[in-house]
Amino acid sequence: MAGVDLTAYLLVGAVLFVCGIVCMATKRNGIGVLMGVELVLNGANVNFVAFSRYTSLGLDGQMMSLFVIVLAAAEAAIALAIALNFYNNHQTIDVDRGSELQG
Amino acid sequence: MFSPTAIPKFLAVAWLLPLLGFAVEIFAGRWQRDRKDRTAAGLAVACIATGFVCSALALFTWGIHTGWAALAPSAHGEGHHGESHSAAHDAGHDEHAKADDHGHDAEHAKAESNDEAHADHAITGPLTGTFYTLARFGSLQLSIDFYIDSLTLVMFTMVTFIATCIHLFATGYMSEELTDDYVDHQVHTRNGGHFHRPGRFYRFFAFLSLFCFSMLGLVIAGNIFMVFVFWELVGVCSYFLIGFYVERKSASTAANKAFIMNRVGDFGFLIGLMVLWTYFGTFSFGAYNPEATGYGIASGLKVEAPHEGEEAAPTVATGLFGMARGSDGQLRIDQDVDGVATVVMTQADDTDLLDAEGNHRMIPYVLLTIAGLGIFAGCIGKSAQFPLQTWLPDAMEGPTPVSALVHSATMVAAGVYLAARFYPMFTHEVLLTIAYIGCITAFVAATIAIVATDIKKVLAYSTISQLGYMMLGIGVGGWGAGLFHLITHAFFKSLMFLASGSVIYGCHHEQEMPKMGGLWRKMPITAFTMLAGVIAIAGLAIPGTPIAFSGFHSKDAIVANALAFTYANPSHFLLFVVPLVTAGITAFYMFRLWFYTFAGKPRDHHVYDHCHESPRVMTTPLIVLAVLAAGCAIGGEEGPLYKLITFSQPAGVDAMDPPPAVAQTTLPGHEAVHAVHSQAGMYALIAAFLGTGIAWLVYGKGVLDPADVKRQLSSLHTFLSEKWQFDTLYDVMFVRPVHVVSSWCTAFDRVVIDGFLHFLSRLTIKVAHVDRRFDEGVVDGFVNLMADSTYSVGRSFRVLQTGKLRQYVMFIAVSVVFLFVLVFAFFPRGSSTSAPEADVKVSSRVVPRPEVNRD
Repeated sequence: MAGVDLTAYLLVGAVLFVCGIVCMATKRNGIGVLMGVELVLNGANVNFVAFSRYTSLGLDGQMMSLFVIVLAAAEAAIALAIALNFYNNHQTIDVDRGSELQG
Repeated sequence: MFSPTAIPKFLAVAWLLPLLGFAVEIFAGRWQRDRKDRTAAGLAVACIATGFVCSALALFTWGIHTGWAALAPSAHGEGHHGESHSAAHDAGHDEHAKADDHGHDAEHAKAESNDEAHADHAITGPLTGTFYTLARFGSLQLSIDFYIDSLTLVMFTMVTFIATCIHLFATGYMSEELTDDYVDHQVHTRNGGHFHRPGRFYRFFAFLSLFCFSMLGLVIAGNIFMVFVFWELVGVCSYFLIGFYVERKSASTAANKAFIMNRVGDFGFLIGLMVLWTYFGTFSFGAYNPEATGYGIASGLKVEAPHEGEEAAPTVATGLFGMARGSDGQLRIDQDVDGVATVVMTQADDTDLLDAEGNHRMIPYVLLTIAGLGIFAGCIGKSAQFPLQTWLPDAMEGPTPVSALVHSATMVAAGVYLAARFYPMFTHEVLLTIAYIGCITAFVAATIAIVATDIKKVLAYSTISQLGYMMLGIGVGGWGAGLFHLITHAFFKSLMFLASGSVIYGCHHEQEMPKMGGLWRKMPITAFTMLAGVIAIAGLAIPGTPIAFSGFHSKDAIVANALAFTYANPSHFLLFVVPLVTAGITAFYMFRLWFYTFAGKPRDHHVYDHCHESPRVMTTPLIVLAVLAAGCAIGGEEGPLYKLITFSQPAGVDAMDPPPAVAQTTLPGHEAVHAVHSQAGMYALIAAFLGTGIAWLVYGKGVLDPADVKRQLSSLHTFLSEKWQFDTLYDVMFVRPVHVVSSWCTAFDRVVIDGFLHFLSRLTIKVAHVDRRFDEGVVDGFVNLMADSTYSVGRSFRVLQTGKLRQYVMFIAVSVVFLFVLVFAFFPRGSSTSAPEADVKVSSRVVPRPEVNRD
């Protein structure tokens, strides 16, 4: 593990992040969007942990990633509830159909 | 019986009772629903009658304590009497002078004088003191003082007595007001009917009581400030009562006229007041010492202490009279450094008055004259003297009892009383002015009275004329004579006014004499009591016998003084000739009035048939007053009334030698007056008989038809019946200029002030328009612009709100990238310089960390 430096972690984080963004931007399925969000969050988590390991942040970064995981769990619960309601109302979870509030 | 300290108490009760009556009547009268109630009249009569009893008691007490010295017969006439009086004054002054040395005994003396059983008082001069101090501003003290001498007491007794008679009479005369629906036949309403109002019986008596209170306050007043206060109160009471029938235009105008004319005189009064205050520093008439007794009586009481060396309390302050003249009654004329004549002020013991720096206190002679003229100007207004006489005939608009009160005991008497009271302050020039004013007034008013046809107007003019006599008497040095006439005149003029009131009441408010005639058959009591008054005012007597009516004695005294004055100053011969002629005219017009009204054949049968004698409540006062009018001056100048009055005559009043270089006239002494007395009396009697005879020939016997004479002398008649054109003259001199000036003022007001105001308002409107445009254009415009731009920005942002989730994500991603690009584009150095260092740090720290972890 000694040959792996910070850049590699950041690269993995960035790839995860970009995958998440792309997933959010391309998926019409609400659950898919939700998964993209999880990818983005985990990309950020990788960054936190990496900085925590390679800089003087110490355990702060890991603490922050734990917060993010908890936050993601809560967010997933609420988002799934929204998706369920969305489905009840529209008989689909295609997010493009939910455009009643457009300007 | 009573100690001298009881005298001020009696007078205070007599003075304050009418005020109490007024307060009760005016308030209870308002609350009372029943307009038919006579309680107010009863209360007013009770108050004033009690006042009379108190006054009489005070006079009696005073008499006892002077040992009736005033009435003591003197073999050589009054000449010696005056001397003994001034001797008594000297004695009094000596007491005070000695007492000054024993000032520390004042407390003891006070204790002694309060102990009535031990101290033996004898009154030697006026009783002076303070009832109540109102305020003190530095050396200026405003207080309710009293100054009581025989004149005060006689005036009190006279005023309360006559007022009682008039009150009684008024209960009958004013009984028409005892109704809820009084119809005033002289006021027409717009729909052609007469004016209806509730009766104002209680209000009449309330004002009558207030009037008496004011007059008594004026008489008892011990300082000139208090005089002024009550002077104004008398004025305002006359205003209320003259304007009693306030709905009548003529009555309210007459009330205004009386009030305004009096203001003219009062202006002079105020100037006089200010001069006196500035130079003398006190308002008080006489000296007094508040520590001496509980009441502050000092100068008038000789306190005989039981022990040697413990004598009267010291005199603290010298009053105006004592300052102006020494005890011999002379002004001390001196020349100051510039050679201007000045009057040196003196103390009670005749030493010069010094101020705090030890200089002599003095007043320029001219200013003393001005002060005297100012005070006299007040008297001119109040006593209706020329040239302010025109208010008095108009004052006849008031109810007749008011006329009687105003004309005899109260208002007009106030002026003469003050002129007499202030006699010691008057210089020769002022006295001469008084004499000439009185002389002119007497003559002018008498001539107008000849042609007047209204019964009350004749009496009004005769009042003015008689007041002129009194002023003349005072002016020529006949101090006692003028006041003597004031008292006798009060009796017969109140009698005649009440009699005329009885006629008016009996004839159902007919006042024009040409409609009367022969009334004596219908109203004998009124006719004969009136005759007594007429004889009294005409001054008739039976020569060679002591039988004479009161007017003869008093007028005789004045004429004698005038004659003696003329002998002493031949250039002023008019001062004797005019009153003598006036005496004849007086007799003529008074008998004309009587013959016109009561004698001959009825001229208007409607009036004659309906007239009736007045009820007993009205005739009784007539009879009482008739007896007094005939006999109050019994004994003439040897009689009790004249002696009582002259007992308090200012020292040296009759023998003023001309002070060098300032006075041009000489006042006759008593001896001089006495010498010409019988001569003057004869002249006056001849004039009176001549007047009476002519009146009898013309109006009684009908030798000459008055209408013929009127036609022959029509221009003179018009002149006289137009009151010497005085009203016209004043109209031209004062009223019209005022109208012209006021029309100018109106024009100025309209054109300039209103114009300016209109310009301002127009300007304001213009400014407001501009303001509005600014407000609408700029302020609103700005606000609207903000709103519009916000709105349009919002509209333009609307397209962004697509509602497509994936688009939003794209926006976010692109924006973040864009932001990063921006940050790196604008802050490239910060990031390029700090980043490698950070890298170095990071890399350097990488190594130890795993070791820590490994541990």
